[in-house]
Amino acid sequence: MESVREAVKALAAGFAETFKHLFRKPITEQYPEYKRPLPERARGRIILTRDPDGEERCVSCFLCSAVCPVSCISMEGDEKPNGRRYPLWFRINFARCIYCGLCEEACPTSAIQLTPDYEFSKRTPLDFIYEKEDLLVDHQGKDKNYNYYRYAGITTDEGGKGEHIGEDKPVNVKSNLP
Amino acid sequence: MMLTWMAGFLLLIVKLAVVLFFLLFVAAYLVWVERKFLARLQIRYGPNRAGKFGLLQPIADVVKMVTKEDTVPDGADKAFFLIAPAVVATTAFLMFSVVPLGSDLTLFGRKIPLVVTDLNIGLLFVFALSSLGVYGVALGGWASNSKYGLLGGIRGAAQMISYELPLGLSLIPIIMLARSFSIIDIVDAQARYPFILVQPVAFVIFVISAMAESKRIPFDLPEAENELVAGYHTEYSGMRFGLFFLGEYVNMMVFGGIVSVLFLGGWHGPLLPSFVWLFIKIMLVALFMIWVRGTLPRLRYDQLMTIGWKVLIPVALLNILATAAIGIMIH
Repeated sequence: MESVREAVKALAAGFAETFKHLFRKPITEQYPEYKRPLPERARGRIILTRDPDGEERCVSCFLCSAVCPVSCISMEGDEKPNGRRYPLWFRINFARCIYCGLCEEACPTSAIQLTPDYEFSKRTPLDFIYEKEDLLVDHQGKDKNYNYYRYAGITTDEGGKGEHIGEDKPVNVKSNLP
Repeated sequence: MMLTWMAGFLLLIVKLAVVLFFLLFVAAYLVWVERKFLARLQIRYGPNRAGKFGLLQPIADVVKMVTKEDTVPDGADKAFFLIAPAVVATTAFLMFSVVPLGSDLTLFGRKIPLVVTDLNIGLLFVFALSSLGVYGVALGGWASNSKYGLLGGIRGAAQMISYELPLGLSLIPIIMLARSFSIIDIVDAQARYPFILVQPVAFVIFVISAMAESKRIPFDLPEAENELVAGYHTEYSGMRFGLFFLGEYVNMMVFGGIVSVLFLGGWHGPLLPSFVWLFIKIMLVALFMIWVRGTLPRLRYDQLMTIGWKVLIPVALLNILATAAIGIMIH
C-alpha cells in the first residue's frame, strides 16, 4: 500500500511538472527571423582581399593549401611582368571546408581571410566550389593598411631589395665571414 | 418497400462518408494537435511554418507521403508486406462504426440514429477488431524481412494480446451496470451520471490498457525508436507508412471515443449539441494521452508485462467481483 501511494505521488509530481511547462515561454529561437548574435571572431565564408592599392594580395605561396587540414584549397601560381606573383586560378571547395581558420593564420600577405558570413547554403555540392572571381573582394578585410610588397625583401617595381619600409640594405655575406 | 430500402442504403452511404471524412480530417489534425501540444509541454513551438500556426502542416505531410516512392525491401513477403498497413488502418476505421456520435437526429419526420451501425454486440465487435489489428502489426513486422521489423512485430503482438485481457475485463462492470453490450444502450444508461463516478478503477485500467493497445508512449515498445529504428514499420515508406501512422491516430480517436462513450457519458452534456459534446470529450481524452506522452518515459519490456498480467488483470477481476457484490446488495 505504501509503495502504491509513493508511485501515485511520483506520477502526480511528473504530471504537474510537465503541466507547469505548458505555460512557460518556449525557448526555441525562431532562426530566420531572429539571428543569434555571433561571437566576435566567428569564422565563416572565406574571401581573398586586395591591398590598399587595389592589387591582389595573394602571392600563391601555397601555405594555406598546405596547412588546410581537409585540403580544400587549390591554386596555380604565376608571375606578372613586374615581378609580382599571383594565383592564375584559386579554388576553395566549401563543401569540404571546416572553417578552422588555419589558412588565415598561415597567410603571409593577409590575403586569405575568414568573414562571419555563414548563410550560403546551396542546392548542390558543386555550387560550393568557389573560383577566384567568387572569392576576390574589393576591400582590405581586417588588415586595412598592409601591403606585402612594401615590406617584402624582393625586387619588384616597388623598389629593390633593402628599399622597402623598415628595411636595411642587404648585408654583404662575404663581409661577415670569419 | 423498394423506396425505403433505397433510402436506407443512401443514408448508410452518407453516414459512412461523413464518418470517414470526419475521421480522416480529425486524425490528420490530431497529428498537428499532438505535435503542437507536445511541443508546448517541452517548451518548444512545434510546427509553425506551413500556414498560420502551422495549420497546413498535415496537408503538407500527406502530400509528401503520397508522392514518396513506395518501396518493398528485397526478400520481403510481398503479399503480406503490402496488405499489413491496410489491415491496421481498416480495423481502426471499422472500430469507429459502432461509436454513437450523438443522440437521434430527426430529419423529414424520420428518426436517424447518429451511428453507422447499432450492433447489439457493439463492444464485442470493438474487441474483435482491435485483436485483428494485431495481425497488421505482426504481419507487417514479419513480412519486412528485417530484424527490427520482426522484433517490433513480436513485441507488438505480445503486448497487444496481453493488454486485450485487462481491456476486456475492465469493461465487464460497465456491461453489468448497463445490462447491455450495445454501445447506444450503455450511453443511454449514463443519462443521469457518467460511469466514471461509479467505476473509477475500471476507468484507470481501461485508459492504461487502451494506451497500450494503441502503442503510445509509455507503451510504444513495438516502435521504440532508440532500439528498433521504427519497429514494425521500419521498412515501410510513402503512403504505406502513412497508413500505419493514420491507423495509430485513428486508433487514438477510437479509444478516445470509446472512453468517452463508456465512462464519460458519451454525447450527454448541457447546452451544446450532442455530437459537439462527444467531440469535446474525445479531444480531452486525446489531449490527456499526449500529456502522458510528454511526461512518462518508455517502460521496460518486463515492466510492461508485469503491469499487464500481475497488476491490471487481478485488479480488474477484483473490480468485477466488487461490482457484482455491490449490485446484489443494492437490489
